[in-house]
Amino acid sequence: MNAYQSRQARLGMTASVTLFACLLLSAFLLPFVYGTLTAFKDKDQIVASATGSIFPMTGETATIDGTAYPIYEVPMPDGTVRELALIAGRRNDSTFIDPADPTATPIEWEGRWRQLEQVMFFDPKFGNFGEVWNGVNFPLLLGNTMAIALFGVVGTLISSILVAYGFARFPIPGKRLLFLLLVGTIILPRQVTLVPTYAFFSIIGWTGTWLPLIIPHFFANAYNVFLLRQYFMTLPRDLDEAAMIDGASPLRVLLSVIIPQSWPAIVTVGLFHIVFAWNDYFEPLIYLLGKPELQPISVGIQRFNFIYDQQPHLIQATAIIGLAVPVLLFIFAQRFFMRGVVVTGVEK
Amino acid sequence: MSIFSPDVARDFPGEGTLDKRKSRMGILFILPWIIGLVAFTILPMGASLILSLTDYNLNTPTEINFIGLDNYVNFFQDPIVGVSLGATLKFAVISLPLAIFLPVLLAALLNSEFLAGKRLFRLLFYVPYMVPVVSSAYIWSGTLNTETGWVNRLLESIGIAGPNWMYSIDWIYPALVLIGLWGIGNAMLITLSGMQGVPTELYEAARVDGASYLRRFRHITLPMISPVIFYNLVLSVIGLFRYFETPFILKGPTGDPGNSTLFFNIHLYKEAFTFKNMGYGATLAWMLFLMAFTVTIFLFTTSKYWVYYSSGDKD
Repeated sequence: MNAYQSRQARLGMTASVTLFACLLLSAFLLPFVYGTLTAFKDKDQIVASATGSIFPMTGETATIDGTAYPIYEVPMPDGTVRELALIAGRRNDSTFIDPADPTATPIEWEGRWRQLEQVMFFDPKFGNFGEVWNGVNFPLLLGNTMAIALFGVVGTLISSILVAYGFARFPIPGKRLLFLLLVGTIILPRQVTLVPTYAFFSIIGWTGTWLPLIIPHFFANAYNVFLLRQYFMTLPRDLDEAAMIDGASPLRVLLSVIIPQSWPAIVTVGLFHIVFAWNDYFEPLIYLLGKPELQPISVGIQRFNFIYDQQPHLIQATAIIGLAVPVLLFIFAQRFFMRGVVVTGVEK
Repeated sequence: MSIFSPDVARDFPGEGTLDKRKSRMGILFILPWIIGLVAFTILPMGASLILSLTDYNLNTPTEINFIGLDNYVNFFQDPIVGVSLGATLKFAVISLPLAIFLPVLLAALLNSEFLAGKRLFRLLFYVPYMVPVVSSAYIWSGTLNTETGWVNRLLESIGIAGPNWMYSIDWIYPALVLIGLWGIGNAMLITLSGMQGVPTELYEAARVDGASYLRRFRHITLPMISPVIFYNLVLSVIGLFRYFETPFILKGPTGDPGNSTLFFNIHLYKEAFTFKNMGYGATLAWMLFLMAFTVTIFLFTTSKYWVYYSSGDKD
């Protein structure tokens, strides 16, 4: 095989592998497209698109003397195709009017009008989003979600940074065992501790408030500690030792030496927590039962959709609004997310 | 640490050695986690064990009686326990193999030297993982709708009559598995970075020896990424033990169709949070923990037979 042939073969392989990946990706992302297009339809368009166009289309009509008549593509005897409004359809012949010239003599046409193609135009229902925006009260849900997420970010950052610093820089008796225990808590299903925790929060009157969704995050989280510790370990010790010799306290070293060098890891933890709070469903569900004014977006969307069971287009509109923030956040900050996933996934 | 390390500095008289001081500092720093571990894991688990021996109900919080092992006897006689474990098991049988193998295949595709636009593919295959479970549940239940969904429309176009995914006892599991597999991106990304970490010298040596792609994949890639596969396996199994949200969002606590979505955690949810029956709820939670613990220990025991750790890795 000469160089030219082998380059040809390589090109062929690249083309077929990439094409295969494209097909797979299209299938994979199909539900996105379905959800987005459906969110722009009304009920009639959804029914119509079960067999017809996948896009939100509406039949063109012409209004003549106050009545709307559908417009069809009508093949004329002379071989041209005209767009005409059907005013009287019968089995084997029909009467049409030229919408451009409604006063002209109606056109009698031989043939079955049911076999004609109706003239359609692209007609997305942007109003669906307005309807659910107010119907579900998205401003309230988004505000609640943001508040819960941001308090949680503050809590998990403060606590996880302190704990990770402790694990990364200090000789603690039994450190390996403690660290193993920390990582081990990742595999504990949360339902296991939920029942007594719920009973406890209920007794101290925290159910029906945001506190159970925020306060536990002030006590560090295994994933975040792991990620931050891995990052802190890569920082050279020279700087913090120099600062120590100059008499800086460990807390001062953390604040002025470690944290300024660690912002990528800190941003990653913050982003992970925002997405976690945005997507979390189970805990807000049980702790904010019967408190719609406090619920975050996940629970709010589900409550709304239970009522609007028969409105698939509105359900899809809520689903699209619900995914917008985490997906956009991911796309804009992909490097942080991917690095974080790899650190917690591979290095353990 | 103590015997052989030189007696560094007694330069803080009255405060012990520098090491002791430092370790006290360290404990202070990890204290938030220790308090959290005690308050939100250890105490609740203990409390859960005690609760499981009582008939405590939050609707009647003043009446609490120790009833011995009655809840556990009840557990083994509760027909819904069998039903819910059966549902969880059926779901597991379909989802677990796919959750293990598909990320490996997808990562192999995205790692292929012949793929153009790797970064874009990696990004787009990851995106559905970021979709909140509420959104993905609704998007999929629309996509799988019998009349207007696209999956059945595609099947129809190749001459297959699509099933009634969301309302059939047989097809609800494949439907839920599909929804779950939409989040394959995370496992794919971890596997992919595992593959990228395999030293290229290994492949070059095998290529010189004339090993085909499949043989290289089987004998180099798979063993080298086995720790990552193990990690994905553990996470998937744990995911099964906490499986709740998708079926609950779609079907509520009903278990429709015909109890097929009455997963173990939905049973637990109903007992504990609908009926406020904390005693029996705690019993279900403890049994869940015992099952999860047993399976995890089992997985870790088998891991030494098939998970390969290169010597430097074990630290």
